[in-house]
Amino acid sequence: MMSFLSYFINGVSLGSVYAIIALGYTMVYGIAKMLNFAHGDIIMVGGFTVFTIVSTMGGSPVAGVLASIVVCTVLGVTIEKVAYRPLRDASPLAVLITAIGVSYLLQNVALLIFGSNARQFTSVVTLPPLKLAGGELSISSVTIVTILSCIVIMIALTLFINRTKVGQAMLAVSEDRGAATLMGINVNGTIAVTFAIGSALAAVAGVLLCSAYPSLTPYTGSMPGIKAFVAAVFGGIGSIPGAMIGGILLGIIENLAKAYISSQLSDAIVFSVLILVLLVRPTGILGRKISEKV
Amino acid sequence: MKAYKKKVLVQNTITYALVIASYLLIQALIAGDLINSLLKGLLVPLCIYVILAVSLNLTVGILGELSLGHAGFMCVGAFAGAFFNQMMEPSLPSDQLRFLIALFVGAAVAAAFGILIGIPVLRLKGDYLAIVTLAFGEIIKNVINVLYVGVDSRGIHLSFKDVASLGLEESGRVIIKGAQGITGTPKTATFTIGIILVLITLFIVLNMIHSRTGRAIMAIRDNRIAAESVGIDITKYKLMAFSVSAALAGVAGVLYAHNLATLAATPKNFGYNMSITILVFVVMGGIGSIRGSIIAAVVLTLLPEMLRGLNDYRMLIYAVVLIVMMLLTSSPRAIEMRERFFAFRKTGKKGA
Repeated sequence: MMSFLSYFINGVSLGSVYAIIALGYTMVYGIAKMLNFAHGDIIMVGGFTVFTIVSTMGGSPVAGVLASIVVCTVLGVTIEKVAYRPLRDASPLAVLITAIGVSYLLQNVALLIFGSNARQFTSVVTLPPLKLAGGELSISSVTIVTILSCIVIMIALTLFINRTKVGQAMLAVSEDRGAATLMGINVNGTIAVTFAIGSALAAVAGVLLCSAYPSLTPYTGSMPGIKAFVAAVFGGIGSIPGAMIGGILLGIIENLAKAYISSQLSDAIVFSVLILVLLVRPTGILGRKISEKV
Repeated sequence: MKAYKKKVLVQNTITYALVIASYLLIQALIAGDLINSLLKGLLVPLCIYVILAVSLNLTVGILGELSLGHAGFMCVGAFAGAFFNQMMEPSLPSDQLRFLIALFVGAAVAAAFGILIGIPVLRLKGDYLAIVTLAFGEIIKNVINVLYVGVDSRGIHLSFKDVASLGLEESGRVIIKGAQGITGTPKTATFTIGIILVLITLFIVLNMIHSRTGRAIMAIRDNRIAAESVGIDITKYKLMAFSVSAALAGVAGVLYAHNLATLAATPKNFGYNMSITILVFVVMGGIGSIRGSIIAAVVLTLLPEMLRGLNDYRMLIYAVVLIVMMLLTSSPRAIEMRERFFAFRKTGKKGA
């Protein structure tokens, strides 16, 4: 029972990281209607920024985290401006390929700077683990911090979107870009803000992911990126609570499958569950049904 | 209609001629010993990439559905073909004959998977379809990595654990060894066979596009509801395009398996990155343009190899080329500038 609880809690923690990444995917998809394939690599950039500041330059972890948020935000906004904005009205496939190009670019720049060897990442969270049930259940501090940050981010984001003007503008643009423009909303600015928030979240996710799984390579971000993308689709892409639920469910399924079925088949199980869910609910758990008009 | 048919015939002939001409050119270069061994080793992979790109174009360009799982079908075909080859080794001594039958086996198994996946998946739309095909490709790769298959006198044995749990007889052979894959497949694939397969692929795809079936598929792409209302069976034609595309990917997989001594499903050869690489060929070549797919597959495979001297920078350059090309060809502003430039040249000529 205790081992089940421990797997479950670790699953929630991994799922929280997926959820934070998936939020970035889902917001960008909702507003710009594009699959940002480079999102996973922003996570990697966030991880390397912290690594450089904390391990190489000897800075404090807090400075590292803040720097990585700043670097990723600037990077995200720059990518949007240079690579995606000129293609705003182009075919979705063209944008997809550009995003893939950006993803390759980030990976290869990281490869040139840091090499292909895995770097040992020192966790930014250095508190002792929490012991429950007379020491039988031990929860690492990273796990707790991850789950807490996920909750905080979720609440903050919901408030931001529902209570602020920029948040309302984001909703309006995702609803109908043309109508939003007519209402005087700065569409380009709103999309840039979305990319900034998504990338900042990716930086946070990068730090948390590397603290929990402390090996960092230029390809660190791609698999979690894909998984988070799956989580976003799972919950209904474009829906913020959907990304949250999708991410956490995915993390739990993955960890339990690893523990009880087969560690090698865990990815296959995660993806099979996704396919099954989409067969029953073709737009994900919380996705909106789109009815076609003739 | 007659003029249209003639135009199609001319266009198709150009495509076939292009492939045959490059084949003859390369053969001449090989005969004259003007080609280095690196490029020689790339000839069969080039054929594989061309087949993959042309077949994916059938799904993405003609059917209009984004598939990110093409490498999965290639993987299925490769393993089915190589498995068949090894299983039949005692009873069919001719390597060529086994390879030939393996091609059909690979195509059939990949097509079966195409239908199996297609029936549920093609109900989904757009990005959902993309993610499910991606998931499917990853599942295939993952499952093959833990799959053990052996043969003895009692038949075929399967296991998801290890060699010992297969329970083989003394004389039994293990063919698929989990993450190590299949080893010892004869290297029967040659450039000539590759080119023949490319031509067959082209023949199938081009004929399909310009037939009643192809027009029905394109009608579904352009407007599903209108197509349905004139009596086109959506599911049937979608499945047809999807499974033909999968079968051809399976053929490419068999070719791939017979070009290597060891066949293992790694993220590099059958992962989603491979599917994306093929998709890049299709998009860069021009969606729906078969000839474009061929050219893009060749150029984009050779480009990183040509840049080998630049070592660490080659993939970086590849990435930049990808982004810049997309910006130049697809951004509305670039298109407008191009049109204005050509309009200026035309009017300029008339004025003079």
